[in-house]
Amino acid sequence: MPFQLLRFALSSKHPEPRMFRTPERLKGSYDAVIIGAGGHGLAAAYYLARDHGMRNVAVLEKGYIGGGNTGRNTTIIRSNYLTPEGVAFYDQSVRLWQDLATDFDLNLFYSTRGHFTLAHTDSAVRTMRWRAEVNKHLGVDSELVGPEAVKAACPQIDLSCGGNAPILGALYHAPGAIARHDAVAWGYGRGADQRGVEIHQQTEVLGIDIVGGRVQGVKTSKGYISTPRVLSAVAGFTPRITHMVGLRTPIYVHPLQAMVTEPMKPWLDPILVSGSLHIYVSQSARGELVMGASLDPYELHSTRSSLDFVEGLAAHMLDMFPFLSHAKVNRQWAGMADMTPDFAPVMGTTPVEGFYLDAGWGTWGFKATPVCGMTMAHTVATGRDHDLIGAFNLSRFARYELTGEKGAASVGH
Amino acid sequence: MKLLCCPVNGLRPVSEFAYGGEVRAMPDPATCSDDQWADHVFNRSGIPGVKIEWWYHLPSGVWFHAERDVVADRVLRTWMPGEEAAP
Ligand SMILES: Cc1cc2nc3c(=O)[nH]c(=O)nc-3n(C[C@H](O)[C@H](O)[C@H](O)COP(=O)(O)OP(=O)(O)OC[C@H]3O[C@@H](n4cnc5c(N)ncnc54)[C@H](O)[C@@H]3O)c2cc1C
Repeated sequence: MPFQLLRFALSSKHPEPRMFRTPERLKGSYDAVIIGAGGHGLAAAYYLARDHGMRNVAVLEKGYIGGGNTGRNTTIIRSNYLTPEGVAFYDQSVRLWQDLATDFDLNLFYSTRGHFTLAHTDSAVRTMRWRAEVNKHLGVDSELVGPEAVKAACPQIDLSCGGNAPILGALYHAPGAIARHDAVAWGYGRGADQRGVEIHQQTEVLGIDIVGGRVQGVKTSKGYISTPRVLSAVAGFTPRITHMVGLRTPIYVHPLQAMVTEPMKPWLDPILVSGSLHIYVSQSARGELVMGASLDPYELHSTRSSLDFVEGLAAHMLDMFPFLSHAKVNRQWAGMADMTPDFAPVMGTTPVEGFYLDAGWGTWGFKATPVCGMTMAHTVATGRDHDLIGAFNLSRFARYELTGEKGAASVGH
Repeated sequence: MKLLCCPVNGLRPVSEFAYGGEVRAMPDPATCSDDQWADHVFNRSGIPGVKIEWWYHLPSGVWFHAERDVVADRVLRTWMPGEEAAP
């Protein structure tokens, strides 16, 4: 046993400090207030303090750190998107991920696995080729491969998928990775906390004060705070917050579910996604198969999970891996996904001065946590959209200038 | 919600239905402004509450209205468009 651990047994007091302080009460005012202590809100706080010297910042969280979609997601990280704006943005995120564990001095279990998006139809092959070409053009490592490459990376797969949906090829993205989601929130939270940011858990934002089109303050369950800047990073709760400031948005909320099997010996190295079968799977460091599918089919503001989901997902998983028929499902859960019509996020400045949005992250926002934090911190500190997020501003809808990512984001989060 | 009552076919498993979104009034495209039209095309009332929605019974091709609590996932009533809502 390492001595590091032995210390805990021998000491009467816990020798390690807590990850975060618990500030006693809210101050009367802050330079900026961030709503939501998920990965995105905490990352924005971290970069505000680290890169912009803004330390008089409060992050308000109605539940607990990372308890929203950050702690519910299936942690796929990739940058093989479809639009040039999307690819450039996610590519920057993948780069930021590389140094993050060192930055935090915390093991994020970042594991580069390689990512296959399987194509079972001619039209899917065409989309994969399109994505591969856009990616390569922008310097992102993606290529179209044949079924034999899939078989070589994953010998257990039934390439004919039970004869129902034979695999014709795949988009292969070597940098595709998974990571430990909780650690990402904790790392950003600790880093922000060490630099003076206050994280207030169990503190709900109930209203936002706007005077003359400008943010003045925030009403919370623990009292009133005055502040000139508010960043909303609340994922599935976004419509409630935009309603408080009188903004209309295209964001709608559907649940997204996921499940894991019992742990098994490592056998699945790559991450596999199938748009036609509506499933994806990876094996975690713990040995569980982490599996997901597409969105629930209708609006619901709840994190209930359903048997329909398990049945549908398991049936399609058995098409690919018949030998899993005896594997047991250990847990299932759901998160509330904040969806947009073009499957791209809504980020940046808004018509309300001092009110900034980081939302519309639906089913695909975990991988973007670092780059969202960095670009939103810049946006909040300067009052202007960071160059990388211009294509994601809320105003794109009124101009009919959508950033169409559906082909790259609808199942493979 | 596991069952939904189609006004024509009665109580059926929810897997037989497709969701058609909230019932919304369309502005007149000939007279409304570009902003009003974009608002109609893209924006939604994403906040939770009780909403009146379109639902479709796939096997029989029936479109109808449902009043549903989108937090509790409870359907309060269903009816055919243009007909009086059942109590
Ligand atoms: C099942 C599932 C699988 C997913 N898989 C992937 C994946 O493989 N790859 C990927 O990139 N993305 C994935 N996603 C999407 C990803 O999880 C999210 O986009 C991302 O985690 C959003 O992070 P966030 O910090 O913005 O939001 P969250 O982590 O949801 O944090 C928002 C926080 O705001 C708090 N809050 C809300 N309202 C208030 C209020 N009024 N006052 C105070 N606090 C408030 C909430 O309690 C919550 O903690 C998945 C999502 C789900 C649900």
